[in-house]
Amino acid sequence: MNDTVIHVENLGKRYRIGVSPERYKTLRDTIVAGFNAPIQKLRQRSSNSLSSIGPNIIWALRDISFDVPRGKVLGIVGRNGAGKSTLLKILSRVTEPTVGSAEIHGRVGALLEVGTGFHPELTGRENIYLNGAILGMKRVEIGRKFNEIVAFSEVEQFIDTPVKRYSSGMYLRLAFAVAAHLEPEILVVDEVLAVGDAEFQRKCMGKMSDVAQEGRTILFVSHNMSAILRLTEETIVLDKGNLVFRAPTAQAVDYYMAAGFSGLGERAWTPEEIPADAAPFTPLAIRVRDSKGQIVDTFRSTEPFRVEVEYSLDQSITGLRVGIYLLTMRGEYVFTSFDLDDPTQFDKLGIRQEGHYISHCTIPENILNEGQYVLAVNASSFRVKRYFWDDHALAFTVDATGAPGKQWPEPRMGPIRPALDWVIERL
Amino acid sequence: MAADQLPNSHEDLIILKPTHGLAALNLRDLWVYRELVLFLSWRDVLVRYKQTALGATWAIIQPLVQMVVFTLIFSRAAGLSSEGVPYPIFNYTALLPWGLFSKAMNDAGRSLVNNRNMITKIYFPRLTIPVASVLSGLVDFGIAFLVYIGIILYYNFAPNSTYTFTVTPALLTLPLFIILALVATLGVSLWFSAANVIYRDVGHILPFLTQTWFFLTPIVYSSSEISKQWQIIYALNPLTGVVEGFRWSLLGIHSLPLPLLLVSAGVAVVLLITGLIYFRNMERTFADEI
Repeated sequence: MNDTVIHVENLGKRYRIGVSPERYKTLRDTIVAGFNAPIQKLRQRSSNSLSSIGPNIIWALRDISFDVPRGKVLGIVGRNGAGKSTLLKILSRVTEPTVGSAEIHGRVGALLEVGTGFHPELTGRENIYLNGAILGMKRVEIGRKFNEIVAFSEVEQFIDTPVKRYSSGMYLRLAFAVAAHLEPEILVVDEVLAVGDAEFQRKCMGKMSDVAQEGRTILFVSHNMSAILRLTEETIVLDKGNLVFRAPTAQAVDYYMAAGFSGLGERAWTPEEIPADAAPFTPLAIRVRDSKGQIVDTFRSTEPFRVEVEYSLDQSITGLRVGIYLLTMRGEYVFTSFDLDDPTQFDKLGIRQEGHYISHCTIPENILNEGQYVLAVNASSFRVKRYFWDDHALAFTVDATGAPGKQWPEPRMGPIRPALDWVIERL
Repeated sequence: MAADQLPNSHEDLIILKPTHGLAALNLRDLWVYRELVLFLSWRDVLVRYKQTALGATWAIIQPLVQMVVFTLIFSRAAGLSSEGVPYPIFNYTALLPWGLFSKAMNDAGRSLVNNRNMITKIYFPRLTIPVASVLSGLVDFGIAFLVYIGIILYYNFAPNSTYTFTVTPALLTLPLFIILALVATLGVSLWFSAANVIYRDVGHILPFLTQTWFFLTPIVYSSSEISKQWQIIYALNPLTGVVEGFRWSLLGIHSLPLPLLLVSAGVAVVLLITGLIYFRNMERTFADEI
């Protein structure tokens, strides 16, 4: 039965974004709008303007069409704000499209966020039943899989403890365990692997490949390119709400990683790329400069270079730390570093006042191997809030000319290429 | 695939596209997800009394204390009549459906917003949330009813009591009035829960609306205090019919005021149907607006 299970045609989703998204609509607004509506209609008629093109309207998705055959594992990649989550929300029926249509054959299980519907006051046992029911399982079905779920989550001793007393790791394991034992024909997964420790992630990946091998259809969104490469056969690339590329995964990942890096060595964020909940943090730009201070996108591995993150704060933030992640093109982490990693700095800058800032650091020479790298940016207060996150902020190339071992024209394995003090002793 | 799963056939086709105009009520969805309704009401009940020292005793204390206070104020101080029944019984009989209504209206009115993390992440029929919220009130109602039986027994067997409870066939109609109470409660709850998603004003309206509504309902007084020509208008409050029905069925006070009851029941049904339509129409933007 190699038929189509998902058929998406010209799908689009429009959002209204308020001037101040924090404010809820009040009755007064509606009444005032009601009085103004006839006047505005008259105005519109006279100026002949299209009401749909306003500053407060954005298309999160536009004109998306694709088919997914039964049993296919399809990856979806794209930067923040590209429309991945909106697409999954429409396909999992959380929200309606504005235009176009999608046909779905079979039960859809959505993992948009693990632990949704968990109630902190209820015990693990109670939450398994509740969460299962929310995800669409029947009581007998949950009962049958109960032991399996508990075993997978490894929280046996705490199954009758309220989940508010769980560690975050236990909480995640339990939540994923319930969702993973759902048996939908179509599984929609959004970035569940971005959370939890390495062991948990390994387990999730294992479960996902099991599901895929059972011949079920999976739509998988991730920023983790190695997970996408491992799990999916084919991948679509979204950019600013449009479907820009669809190909076998290896090609699509290369396209995605290489494409879209505007200005060489510099990347500025446009307002629509910044999620509303980033406030009061506004990311402005990330740049890389060589040892002479030039903004460039290629460095010699034998020279140091500087990474700058420019941002502004509309209000002071307590405990804010701004940091970078360095990744390979395949999405493997090389290192993570924050501007307050030094404890003495951290004590001095507990509260960062409002203002315009640049956090910069120097990556010393003889660290990176030749190849292409990606910088990701994270601005957060530890365990309080992640204000901003762009895991695909800027790419640059490292050229190893003159690096240790370059006299042999062979590729060196691994992302780092340190200059080590070798001593050869004759005994 | 196991046979007991929701939309369980491969033939199940879902078409997702923008809907326009009046939404179909599609109550079948609610039936398919009936277990979720039960789970959610079970959760609401469990959570209500978790980490409280007195637990479900609160469901007894609240109406009991209310009754004592009202007896002191309205019977002793204000001297309101209670149609020949001891005032505590007269009052408590009305507090039973009122407690169900006011609690459910307040809980259900806020229920969608309180569950917003679920609504923005998972699909399930949104109706399950306010319906479950209303149904969870039935548990407290049941407990309060046990107390009611205790009060009746006390007045029957206390040595110097002049009241005796008589069992009449009218008692058999009590479930009908409970259903009427649920219909009115659900209708009002659907309106408020859906409106609250878009207008947070509802959160401010609910407390003082509850208070006003309380005095517009014959709880501390008898509906016979209202003059004849206003009776039908008075009955536009669906709770009037519910309370009078409870008193007639349980206490056998005067004859059943049929016109009043019909008006109240009519209003309750209209509230429920319009509430469903309103809810369904607002539902499509819940995930975006909440």
